[in-house]
Amino acid sequence: MGEAAKTVIFEIERQNSTDESSYWEKFELPYRANMNVISALMEIRRNPVNMDGKKTTPVNWDMNCLEEVCGACSMVINGKARQSCTALVDQLEQPIRLQPMRTFPVVRDLIVDRSRMFDSLKKVKAWVPIDGTHDLGEGPRMPERKRQWAYELSKCMTCGVCLEACPNVNDKSDFIGAAPLSQVRLMNAHPTGAMNRDERLNAIMGEGGLADCGNSQNCVESCPKGIPLTTSIAALNRDVSIQMFRNFFGSDQSFFVSAENTQAWLKQMSFAPVFAILTK
Amino acid sequence: MDNNREFLMRRLHSLLGVIPIGLFLTQHLIVNHFATQGVEAFNQAAHFMANLPFVIFLEIFVIYLPLMYHAFYGLYIAFTAKNNPGHYSYMRNMLFVAQRYTGVFLVVFIAWHIFETRFQVAIGAGEADFNMMENILSNPLMFAFYVVGVLSATFHFANGLWSFFVTWGITVSAKAQRYSTYFTLLVFIVLSIIGIRALFAFV
Repeated sequence: MGEAAKTVIFEIERQNSTDESSYWEKFELPYRANMNVISALMEIRRNPVNMDGKKTTPVNWDMNCLEEVCGACSMVINGKARQSCTALVDQLEQPIRLQPMRTFPVVRDLIVDRSRMFDSLKKVKAWVPIDGTHDLGEGPRMPERKRQWAYELSKCMTCGVCLEACPNVNDKSDFIGAAPLSQVRLMNAHPTGAMNRDERLNAIMGEGGLADCGNSQNCVESCPKGIPLTTSIAALNRDVSIQMFRNFFGSDQSFFVSAENTQAWLKQMSFAPVFAILTK
Repeated sequence: MDNNREFLMRRLHSLLGVIPIGLFLTQHLIVNHFATQGVEAFNQAAHFMANLPFVIFLEIFVIYLPLMYHAFYGLYIAFTAKNNPGHYSYMRNMLFVAQRYTGVFLVVFIAWHIFETRFQVAIGAGEADFNMMENILSNPLMFAFYVVGVLSATFHFANGLWSFFVTWGITVSAKAQRYSTYFTLLVFIVLSIIGIRALFAFV
């Protein structure tokens, strides 16, 4: 530590835009105590000169909270996906290699577009519907012990690390990955959310859903929030195993298996005006 | 509900791997083990198996069709994965990769094994007895091929059994999955010993 000229070397995989090919660029920075990857990137931005002494464009990256709760600064550091804000230089092997999470389309340098995760959350209906044409009142209460348990699942920040680490999430497959699946377990655990339980279970039985998991369990090893993702997946596996039989043999808990059924039901129950509004 | 074909195909793939293919593999290796009791015992057992009533239907519905589905859909699964054991070298990920490599190898091994034994019997070019296996395994290269084949099969079955328990929601908690790892490791060891002992009985 006492050496005056101590430096840190970074190798960064850069890319100017989504369609352009990538290239590597090296940077050597003066070492400062307790520096993390973000502070190093800030140093490069302040003085964008690469190791060859040439002036270059500043490296682009995404960040927001700087305390590992937003997920924005996720990138591949020395081969592993993680948040750059909590990646301390002292704990990393040098040269430190930074790469974008290529599971997602690269916007520029280390910035990726994680929209697909939000699309997946929409696909699996990862919300609790409470809107009605009138005040629906309070929902059932959630037991405190269950709330504490569910809180662990709610820590997901949609950072995309579990998708990047998963061998089955790639351009050859539609697999939505662990994060949105675990959200289905969270929403189904909610007493009001449970009212639409079968809709979510049927959604994850669709294309790119739960069945595409290959149990490599990289997600649970990589999750920065320590969410029991593989337990969520196995729990959902049990739920859909039962749902599958409910769908086939018929059950009061498998009615809303598709939008078509819902619409047919609305028609049948002579909710014609509502139906007209819904399908407008 | 019309878009869950992939889900059903995956579940079928998982189910068939254990029932009937895993059960058949276990039975096959156990019957092979008669070889350790001598030529006569093996031939008697092989004769019994080959002359079961409705044997051709048993073969088609318990072996050929499930095996072919499991093999071809399995190839599709294996080649849609992007293996990453280098940076994510966790035990389960290594087993994930090994499951895919052994699966692809087993397609080749089993195709060759069936051609060399059952197919030869079907075209009348041989009889499935001690002699046939002795001839095949007298070639050291073939012997090595069979050792790797048996170990791949027992590994693929044992590890597949672990995934089966997860896929059907039987082992949910991390603890249950850990104990399931120990159990399937035992399955792998026991079946491997049975299978390898039988192979050595032919040389």
